[in-house]
Parts: sequence; structure tokens; C-alpha cells
Amino acid sequence: MVKSNYIIELTNITKSFPDKVVLDDVSLSVKKGEFLTILGPSGCGKTTLLRLLAGFNTATSGEIRIDGEIMTDVPPHLRPVNTVFQRYALFPNYNVYDNIAFGLKLQKVDKKEIEQRVKRALKMVGMTDYEHRDVQSLSGGQQQRVAIARAIVNRPQVLLLDEPLAALDLKMRKDMQMELKEMHRSLGITFVYVTHDQEEALTLSDTIVVMNEGKIQQIGTPTDIYNEPCNSFVADFIGESNILNATMVRDRLVRFMDKEFECIDEGFGENTPVDVVIRPEDVYIIRNAEAAMFHGVVRSCIFKGVHYEMFVDTPDGYEIQIQDYNCFEPGEEVGMMIKPADIHVMQKERTENHVKGTMVDATHVEILGEVFECQEQANIEQGAEVDVAFNFTAVELTDDSEDGTSWGIIRFILYKGDRYHLTVRTDDGENIYVDTHDVWEDLDEVGIKIAPSELRITPVKSK
Amino acid sequence: MQSRFVKFFSRRRNWSIPYVLFLVVFVVVPLVLIMFYAFQSKDGGFSLENFQRFINQPEAANTFIYSIGIALITTIICILLGYPAAYVLARLNSSTARVVVMLFILPMWVNVLVRTLATVALFDFLKLPLGEGALIFGMVYNFLPFMIYPIYNVLQKMDRSLIEAAEDLGATPRQVFTRVVFPLSMPGIVSGVMMVFMPTISTFAIAELLTMNNIKLFGTTIQENINNGMWHYGAALSLIMLVIIGITSLFTDSEAEEAANDGGLL
Repeated sequence: MVKSNYIIELTNITKSFPDKVVLDDVSLSVKKGEFLTILGPSGCGKTTLLRLLAGFNTATSGEIRIDGEIMTDVPPHLRPVNTVFQRYALFPNYNVYDNIAFGLKLQKVDKKEIEQRVKRALKMVGMTDYEHRDVQSLSGGQQQRVAIARAIVNRPQVLLLDEPLAALDLKMRKDMQMELKEMHRSLGITFVYVTHDQEEALTLSDTIVVMNEGKIQQIGTPTDIYNEPCNSFVADFIGESNILNATMVRDRLVRFMDKEFECIDEGFGENTPVDVVIRPEDVYIIRNAEAAMFHGVVRSCIFKGVHYEMFVDTPDGYEIQIQDYNCFEPGEEVGMMIKPADIHVMQKERTENHVKGTMVDATHVEILGEVFECQEQANIEQGAEVDVAFNFTAVELTDDSEDGTSWGIIRFILYKGDRYHLTVRTDDGENIYVDTHDVWEDLDEVGIKIAPSELRITPVKSK
Repeated sequence: MQSRFVKFFSRRRNWSIPYVLFLVVFVVVPLVLIMFYAFQSKDGGFSLENFQRFINQPEAANTFIYSIGIALITTIICILLGYPAAYVLARLNSSTARVVVMLFILPMWVNVLVRTLATVALFDFLKLPLGEGALIFGMVYNFLPFMIYPIYNVLQKMDRSLIEAAEDLGATPRQVFTRVVFPLSMPGIVSGVMMVFMPTISTFAIAELLTMNNIKLFGTTIQENINNGMWHYGAALSLIMLVIIGITSLFTDSEAEEAANDGGLL
């Protein structure tokens, strides 16, 4: 068998629990010696992915290889990986020394060697002379150091870290980040690190894997992920950003906020709807409105330490977030400029909603698990399967979930400068997307109404 | 007048007066009386003759040793039966576990005498002889829930990530048990032992009923002496038993205290 230079290979991993799919067909390869971070909001499946690697859970389908060996169903104690847990998980019945020596004793390593290796591990995490302390007498940061020592002393091929710094305070977290990076360099083993903190991911990683809703959104270096987010979720999750609807007029020319801007992206075709991402630090703000590409009025200005964060309203109703070292007073008229290279154009993931449905009768169609009224469809017979399309703006959301024809829960909110783009998970598990000017909150329960004239129905060709 | 009344009740420490009175009358005074009677001879003077009698009279001392033996056997059987039960219960999902734990505790709602009489009837029905075997069965039957519950409580609260950490560090399922789960469940076991061993030493009703008065336990001996008007000797025997129980609870030190706090029955 040819040994690849990938230490971990996940192929088509799916993990479902009785009530939901946590990982949906995830494939991922990790290079030897890499510092890989799995980043995503809570509930995106990142911890489950790590637990599959450690062996605490087994995948519903798919294959896991570690160092070329198939490990899909191998129990945790036989895997060449060690884990650092979020809540440390130190054994309270052992002292620091015995906690760290736990793995080595099980491997029946010689006593003298155990002592040497434990001492070296303690030195590595900066906890020399703590051998005989009771673990429960240590602070959170110290406990996490012991937990790291306990894992690395076994010289695993892969170290798995499950949000190891999440329980520490900010200052301690920053220090530990540097130490982890240093440890990774000197140990030379592969780190797989799970976090929901995008800054931590950008600081530590060689490679970042952004996950959402059980799917990998993007894999890349921190600079790639930050500068070239591949979709609006990644752009929104990593750092601050202005995400706007736009039209690619032709190569190197994009139109948004009713103005044309030069950019450097090509190959999207002509007059294609796209999303543009502009980082707040990439918008230049000046007092002289004459020379500017577009202008607006400052609405708010907040001091953030290094820079000021401002929100500027443009005359045609867009809101632009800007970071600048200079402060502009609210109410002030300002001009703004964006360099072509700072306009990042992304393919739109979707331009309208598409759902599958069944005709109930000539004027009713069943979609999203409910019966919706539609315009009369003379040519489609009753019970036929149909494709139903409707615009993002066609959906009306109601406060009371009883008021709508169907109902759903708001799962993701994306601000697009002049409107919100919502992802609504409906009652029967399908996602629909809604553009609205109203302010909703994440996880709000809403009723869903669609005007009959907005549903565009086409029959599915039967085989 | 009224203000003094209000003032008296507004001081929180005054609320404890009824309880202090209760403790003095029903716990402290009887204990002092036991001490007093134990060191008193029949004619009223101070003496150690009651204790000398215990040492010189093999009958009472033998009963004492036999009682401790029975208590030990009962405790050990309770651990052997109770631990696996608690272990399985702790792994069940919580609603199922709650029902099963309830089933174990349900018999406790019935008076111990009723339960024991029912056991006698059961043995009769099955034509099993009453005696030592029946006695141990009865003791285990009566005290098993007191062993299961504290162990279940400790196991159920145990952080699952500790088990995962052990597996992750290379421990086989057996090693996970011997090196992590079992040591960490010690407080539950200690608490269970305290709740089984101590009361079993002084049981007498179960012994009387399940052995048709053929086997005497130490509790029975004390009861007989006091019933027959031998207050001084009975008091001395009670004092000896108290001291022994006191010593066992010393062995279980602070760890047990902790366990009793979070592992006690209900």
C-alpha cells in the first residue's frame, strides 16, 4: 500500500442521530504535521467530527483512515491519537504526576522512562515541580496545561483539541495560543483543533476548515479564508464584512448600490447576479465628498481601541460598515472609496427558492409539508410532482407562527447592507431563503405566507 | 408586651429552641443515662462489673462476634449485588433509570416488620427452611436499596469525559473500570457501607422472625436484657455497640462525609 502524506483521511463521513443529521457527507484530508482548525458556530458538527476521529462516536457511513490504516470502527484505546478536552477531564483521584503517567503506565513503559517523559512533558507546558499537586487544587489554566501534558506525553501521531481554551479568560487564552503554536512547532505532530473562535483559528492554524450545518463550507489557509471567502456564510463568520447583492456587468466590472465599480474578478459571465464582500477596513473614508466614488452620512462612530467602527448610510438606503483610524462624527457627510482589489466577488449560492411539491388540485399545491394556494394550473394534473420556485422577497413572515400557512425557525441571518437575507428551516426540515427589511432574531419561530401569484410551478417530467 | 413577643420570634436562633429541647430529651439524656447505667453496679455504686461480665461471659461476646460476622456478610453481598445494579442503572437513560430506582426503593415504603413477615410467609410457601440462610436473605433484601442508591448516585453524576479520557489514553474497557470508574465510585460505596453495616449490627426483628428465635443477634441480646430488667448490663452492651459503630465511622473519615452529603438515600 502506498503511504500518502496525509495522516488523516475522511471519506464521505455521515453521522446521523435519531433526530438529526450532524455530519453530511464530509470528506477531509489532513497533512502530516499540519495545524488544522475546524471552525464553525455551535451545533455545526465540528465537535462530532473530532469525536469520530477520537473514536468516541462511530460514523453512520463513510471511512476514516489514520496514517493509512482504516480506523472507522476501531475503539478509542487502539487509536494513535490523544485528546485534550474542553473541560480538562483530569482524573480527580490521581495527582498531576499520575494523571500524566496514566497512558504510559497502561503501555507498561519502564518506570524510569515514565519519570523522564512526565518531567519533560511538564517542562514543556511550564508546570515543572507541580508533580505532586492535587489536580483539583490547580487553576483552570494549570489544569488545561496538565491535560495537554497528559496527551502529548504519549507521543500521539495526532493531537485532537476540543475547544481547549474556551473556558479560560482572554489574557490566559492569548498566552496559551502562543504556547500551543510553539508546542506544535517543536513536537512536529499533527494538531486538529476545534473552535468557534474565528480569531483563534486565524492565529493558530496552517489550514482552516469552516463548517456549518454539518457541511464543510471552505478549506484554506487563514489568509485565503479571510481574503477569499467562498460564500456569504464564510464571509460573515470570519471577521466583519459588508456583503451586498451585486451584478457582474462584465469581467472586471461589478455593479452594486446602483453604481459601477472596477474590480479584479473575471469569469462570472455578463450580467450575472453575484454577492460582493468588502471588509470594513478596506473602505476608505474621506471628508472631501467630491473625489469619492460614493458618499453617505455617518450614523454612528464607536471607538474600538485601535480603530473607530462607523456605520455610514448611503442616500439609496444601504448601510456600510467601516473601520478607520480617524473618527468621523455622526451626521457628517463623507465620501468613500474602495480599491478594485478589495472588492471580492462571490458566486451567488442561489438566486431564488426551489422546492419540490405535489399538486393537490388545480389551485392548490403541497410544498414544505403544507398546502399552499396557487394560481390555477390547468395543464397539470392532480397529484403530479412539481417544481415550485419563488423569489426571496415573495415570502412573508409573520410573528405568530400560527398565522402562516406553514411555519419555520430562523437559522441564519445575513445582513446585506440594505436588507436581511434569512435562512428559515421549515417545519418539515427544508430550508427556504427570505429577503426582508424587518428585523428578526436568530431562532425566532415565524409563520410563512406566500402569495399565490408568486409561486411559479413547473411539472417534473416523469420518467 | 407584644413587642417583646415579636422580638423573641424575630431572632432566628430562638427558632432552634424546640429542636434543641428535642435533642436533649430524646438523644443526649438517653445517651447520658446509658453511660450512667453502664458504669453502675446493681447496688448503685460505680463499677466496671457489667463490662467484666461481657468479657467473662462467652455467650454475649460470641453473639457480638457472630452479629458482626452477619453484618459483614450482608454488607459484602449488598456490595456484590448492588454495585452491578447501580452500574447498569447509571448507564440507562434517565427516565428508565428513575423508574427502576423507584422499584428498588418502593418496598421501603412498607414497614420493615411487615416486609419481614411477608418474607417468612414466602419461605413457608416455598417450603424453604428458616435459619441462617433466611436471615442473610432477609437482611440483604432489606438493606440492598441503601447500597444501590448511593453508588448509583455517584456513578450517575460521574463526568463522562473522564471515561472518554481514559479510553483515549489507551485504557481497555476493563482498565477504564478498575482505574477510573471504580476508584471514583468509592465515596458511594463507603456511603452505602455506612448505611448497611451499622444498622445491621443492631437489627433484631429480622433475626427473630426469620430464624424463629433460633439465632440471636446482638440487638436481640440487648433487647432481652433490658426487657428482663437488667438495665445495667443492657446499657453496657449498648455502649459497646455504640463504640464499635463509632470506630467504623472513623475509618470512613471525611470522604464518607462528602459521599453521605451527595450520595445519601433520597
